[in-house]
Amino acid sequence: MLKIKNLHAGVEGNEILNGINLEVNPGEVHAIMGPNGSGKSTLASVIAGKEEFEVTEGVIFFEGNDLEDTAPEERAHMGIFLSFQYPVEIPGVSVTNFMKTAINESRKAQGKEDMPANEMLKMIREKSEMLDIDRKFLSRSLNEGFSGGEKKRNEIFQMAMLEPKLAILDETDSGLDIDALRIVANGVNKLKSNDNAVILITHYQRLLEYIVPDFVHVLHEGKIVKSGSKELALELEEKGYDWIKNEAVV
Amino acid sequence: MDLKDKLVSSFMAFENNVDIEHPVHDIRTEAIKNFENHGFPNKKHEAWKYTSLNNLLKIDFSIFPKEVNALEYREVKKYFLHEIDTYKIVFIDGIYSSYLSETTHDGVDVCLMSSALTKPMYKPVIDVYFNKIAAKDESLTTLNTAFSREGAYIYIPKNKAPKKPVEILHFATGNEASLMLQPRNLIIVEENAELQVIERHQSLTKNDVLTNAVTEIYAAKSAIVDYYKVQNDAKTASLIDNTYIAQKDNSTVKVHTFSFGGKLTRNNLNFYQGGEHIDSTMKGVSILGEKQHVDHHTLVHHQQPNCESHQDYKGIYGEKSTGVFNGKIIVDKIAQKTNAFQQNNNILISDKATINTKPQLEIFADDVKCSHGCTIGQLDEEALYYLQTRGIPKKEAAALLMYAFANNVLASVRIPELKKRINKLIANKLGVRLGFEL
Repeated sequence: MLKIKNLHAGVEGNEILNGINLEVNPGEVHAIMGPNGSGKSTLASVIAGKEEFEVTEGVIFFEGNDLEDTAPEERAHMGIFLSFQYPVEIPGVSVTNFMKTAINESRKAQGKEDMPANEMLKMIREKSEMLDIDRKFLSRSLNEGFSGGEKKRNEIFQMAMLEPKLAILDETDSGLDIDALRIVANGVNKLKSNDNAVILITHYQRLLEYIVPDFVHVLHEGKIVKSGSKELALELEEKGYDWIKNEAVV
Repeated sequence: MDLKDKLVSSFMAFENNVDIEHPVHDIRTEAIKNFENHGFPNKKHEAWKYTSLNNLLKIDFSIFPKEVNALEYREVKKYFLHEIDTYKIVFIDGIYSSYLSETTHDGVDVCLMSSALTKPMYKPVIDVYFNKIAAKDESLTTLNTAFSREGAYIYIPKNKAPKKPVEILHFATGNEASLMLQPRNLIIVEENAELQVIERHQSLTKNDVLTNAVTEIYAAKSAIVDYYKVQNDAKTASLIDNTYIAQKDNSTVKVHTFSFGGKLTRNNLNFYQGGEHIDSTMKGVSILGEKQHVDHHTLVHHQQPNCESHQDYKGIYGEKSTGVFNGKIIVDKIAQKTNAFQQNNNILISDKATINTKPQLEIFADDVKCSHGCTIGQLDEEALYYLQTRGIPKKEAAALLMYAFANNVLASVRIPELKKRINKLIANKLGVRLGFEL
């Protein structure tokens, strides 16, 4: 589904990603871990197509298509979703209206008619119930005044609505208390299937107790320095990132 | 003959059609003298630095329409807030249209200025209120005062509220090659009474129209007034709006100004707080393109302690349009514990668009909270990216963000159907294909 080959990327001449190789297949959950500043969020942004970052070398393929020169919205239409670490507040647009616009723009790109209003409402109801989201919440302005937990839950709600093939969750666990974390993780688990894939970007092992990864990769200085099974995450938790850093130096 | 001379010499003809024995005529006579002395303002006047009337004053406007025109309701239905029931005071080329109007004297007076200025029963009210807060030394206001004869007259007695909002509509039919209109409105809302007004000026052809309107609003103790100005006129129509508002203790007056159309629009909005615990709110959304020009000049004069004023003006300027915001706040020495807030945020979406924004604070009290802020910017790149990652193309995302930026001002609109209308106007104006019903 996703194939990244020797990816180098940076911003204004500073290289942040330093030769990433990664392959993600349908049905898989990958966790990307690493210390602060290792390039985790940059990798997420580059896959989502943020223009600020320049790809200097290497390629990203999504379902066989080279993503070079593909706008973020086109990537979204192809089925890539990024849950933001810091979702942007947009006063004046309600969550519901934002979702309707997003879904209908995607449908338009696929040559489809707008989703009928009743179908849309039904979908909103189902998905918000799944994530234990209050209806009042849906008429509030997007992310405006939301708590950290509400913002993250709202990101997963958007994911549920857009039904992506590949979801990248960037530090979705940060700022969540244990109850919120459980709700968000349950939501992600319910959305998981054999046809879609998830990349979890996280600093801590905590999230991985709830969403169990098939693969764990450790990112350090813009490179994947170690890959393994879910046990690698536990080992990291125990030994700390210094262990990886030291090993990388060796 | 230039427009000033034409107006001054027309005053005699005007006198043939009004009761010159009525005390109001002394006020008119005084006013025309004042206008004759001062003439139209020009760029040398500080308050008119960024707004030039020169091009307008070259037009040979008709001052009195020659004939009465009729309009069918279906031709103009869309300009009414027809989704709900309203009182309507409608003028066609400055002449009252009883056919399109719905006035009332049932507990409240929603009727005509021409009646109020001539019928003896209204004289006590006219004596107390007419031209009492309108400026005596501002030339456009005095010009209107000189020719004051027709407009809306609304009187809401103590503890009353009309059953429905009042719409004041002015249509220009293009019967005249170019037409100047000078409506004069007087609105009195007595103690603990309430009123909602929607005012709109609409030219129906491409002929030039210049409207120089004056509205006086008196809000007595605990009165609540919501006034909505919908300025979405044809591109050949210009409006100079002079609104004066006097408030007493515990009253709340909110004025919303939606400026989307017109060639040149100048809003002079003046609040005078003559009591305590008063709330004065001014909100504006301006969305302009082509060579359109809008100028918001606000004044809040805090004359008593413990009052508040809130100003929130948003502007989106495209193509070669120009905007002005000048917000003056005066806090008298006695007006301690004043809270005065002023905000003017602008987005320029073209290199050739201009905004001039200027706060003017004159504070003579020492225990007050005054804040003002203005921003001129482009759209937030991070927000654009966020919307794009959700599948919304950049162009649509930009339109949606502008829509949200402007739309935010509408939270305080208390007539849901009007809010919906304005929402739609904003969306149309910005070319947003909303994926939802409003």
